Amino acid sequence: MNRTRRRKALSGLVVLLCGAAVVTALVPLFFVFVYVLQKGFSSLNWDFFTKMPKPVGESGGGMANAMLGTLYLIAIAALIAVPVGVIAGVYLSEYGKKSFASLVRFTADVLNGVPSIVIGIFAYGLAVLPVKHFSALAGGLALGFMMIPIITRTTEELLNLVPGTLREGALALGATRARASFSVMVPAALPGIMTGILVALARIAGETAPLLFTAFNNRYFSTNPFQPISSLTVQIYTYAVSPYDDWHRQAWAGALVLVAMIFVFSVLARVVTRRLERMHRT
Amino acid sequence: MSDTVVSDMQIPTDAAGAAPRPGSGPSTGAPPTAGRTVRMESKKLNFSYGPKQALWDISLQIPEKTVTAFIGPSGCGKSTYLRCLNRMNDIIPDTRVEGDVLLDGRDVYGAGMDIVDLRRRVGMVFQKSNPFPKSIFENVAYGLKINGLCARSEMPERVERALRRAALWDEVKDRLDTSAMGLSGGQQQRLCIARAVAVEPEVLLMDEPCSALDPIATSKVEELIYELKRDFTIVIVTHNMQQAARVSEFTAFFMLGRLVEHDRTEKLFTNPGQKITEDYITGRFG
Repeated sequence: MNRTRRRKALSGLVVLLCGAAVVTALVPLFFVFVYVLQKGFSSLNWDFFTKMPKPVGESGGGMANAMLGTLYLIAIAALIAVPVGVIAGVYLSEYGKKSFASLVRFTADVLNGVPSIVIGIFAYGLAVLPVKHFSALAGGLALGFMMIPIITRTTEELLNLVPGTLREGALALGATRARASFSVMVPAALPGIMTGILVALARIAGETAPLLFTAFNNRYFSTNPFQPISSLTVQIYTYAVSPYDDWHRQAWAGALVLVAMIFVFSVLARVVTRRLERMHRT
Repeated sequence: MSDTVVSDMQIPTDAAGAAPRPGSGPSTGAPPTAGRTVRMESKKLNFSYGPKQALWDISLQIPEKTVTAFIGPSGCGKSTYLRCLNRMNDIIPDTRVEGDVLLDGRDVYGAGMDIVDLRRRVGMVFQKSNPFPKSIFENVAYGLKINGLCARSEMPERVERALRRAALWDEVKDRLDTSAMGLSGGQQQRLCIARAVAVEPEVLLMDEPCSALDPIATSKVEELIYELKRDFTIVIVTHNMQQAARVSEFTAFFMLGRLVEHDRTEKLFTNPGQKITEDYITGRFG
C-alpha cells in the first residue's frame, strides 16, 4: 500500500519534471516571438514592403530590396545545394557501402557542425577574393554550402527507409542501377526529401554571418548575381547597430518579416510532406 | 555435412548415373524434358555467398511454355538458383558463380550478355509483393517505359493487355490513376505479375509468389499461372507441395544446395525416384 503510493508519487513527479522542461523550452521562444511581434508589428507599414531604404538621416523608406534579396539568395543557394545534396545522398544510400562513402558521410556531418561564419570565410576566399568584389553569387554559395550536408544526410536516411525490394523489382524489369535509384527509390522517398530541403531552407534563411563578407549589402535594388545584394538578415544587423531610432524600428519590422518567412517555410514543409505522402500511401 | 548422402543421388536427367530406388517405377533413363524445346538450362552450376557454397553442380533444363516448380526445404538453394537465372544475385556483393546458365543456348553469364536485356527477357515476381509507390498505371507502364518498348500512344493499350492477362483489369480499370499501395495484398501481387508480363519476357520467374497471400488470392494467382503458361515459360519456387502439384508440369526437388530429383510432376509426386524425395513430399521431414 505504502509502496504503491510512493511509486505513484514518483511517477507524478517525473511527469511534472517533463512538463517543467517543456515550459522552460517554450518560454524563451514565446517571449522572443511576442517581443518581435509587438515591436515589429507597430513599425510595419505598406512602405516597408514597397520602398527602398532612405539615405542616412531621412526617416521612412522600407526593405523591399532586402526581402527580394533574401529570396534571391535562397534561390541561388537552393539551385546549388538541392542537386548536389540529393545526388550525394543517393550515392551514399545506394552505393555507399565502401570506405569512401563513410568518409563522405563523416565529412557531411562535420560540415554540418562548422560555424556559419567559417563557411562565410570559405566562400569569401572562393568567390570574393579572386574577383575582388562581393556578389550575390558568393552569398548564395555560402548558404548553399550550409544546405548541402543537411540535404545529403536527410536524403540518405530517407532512402535507407525505402524497402530494398523496390530496387530489386525495378532491376528485375530491366532497369539499370541508376535508373532504379532515380525512377523508383528517390520518388518513393520524395516526401521526406522535400521536407529535408524545406527545413534546410528555413535554416539558412535566417543566417547573417555567412553573408557579411560574401553578399555584403546593397542599399539599392539589384538582381545582378555578380553584384552585392541586400538581405533581410544583414539589413537587420546593420540597422540594429546603427544609432538611429527609425532604423531600430525598421530592424524590428525586418525581424518580424524574417520570422514570418521562416514560419511559412516550415508550414510549407509540413503541407508538402503530407500531400506527397497521401499520393504514396493508399 | 551429409554431403556424401546427397551427392550419391543422381537426378534422372543424368542418364548415366540414374540409380532408381528399389521398388520404384521403371526408369527410362531419358531426361524428363526429352522432346521439349528447352528455353533455359544450367550446366554444372555452382554458386557461393562468400565462403559458403549454396549450390552444387546443378544441371537442369527448363522447357518452353510449361511450368516448372522448385520444391525443397528452406535454405535448400531453390531461390538462390532462381535468382541465378536472371542474375539477380549480381547485386549481392561477394558472390561467385561457376558453370553455365543458358537462355536459348546463349550463356547468361557470358561477356556478350547485356544484363539489362537479360532481365527484360527473364522477368521476376517476388515473394513479397513490391509495387512501386506510383499509380497502378505507372507501375505496369514502368518496364515498358524504361526499356523503350512502345510509343507513348500505345501505352494505355499495352497496360490494359498486361492487366487483363494478370486478371486484374476488371478490378482496377476505374482507378488506374490511384496509388498501387491502396490495393489488397493479392491484387498487389497480381499487379506485380502484370508489371512483369507487360514487358513480354520469355521466362517468368516466381519466387514463392503466394506465400503472403490468403487462400482465395492464392487460387487466383494459381489460375493465372495456368493461363500464363500458354505464352510464357514459368519457373515457380514454392513451399506448398499441393501448389507445385496443381500448377506445374515439371518439378525439381532441391536439398542442401543440390538438385535431388527432376521429373514430370505427376511422376515425382506419385512415384518419386529417390527415397529422400518421397520422405519430403510425404512430410516425413523438412
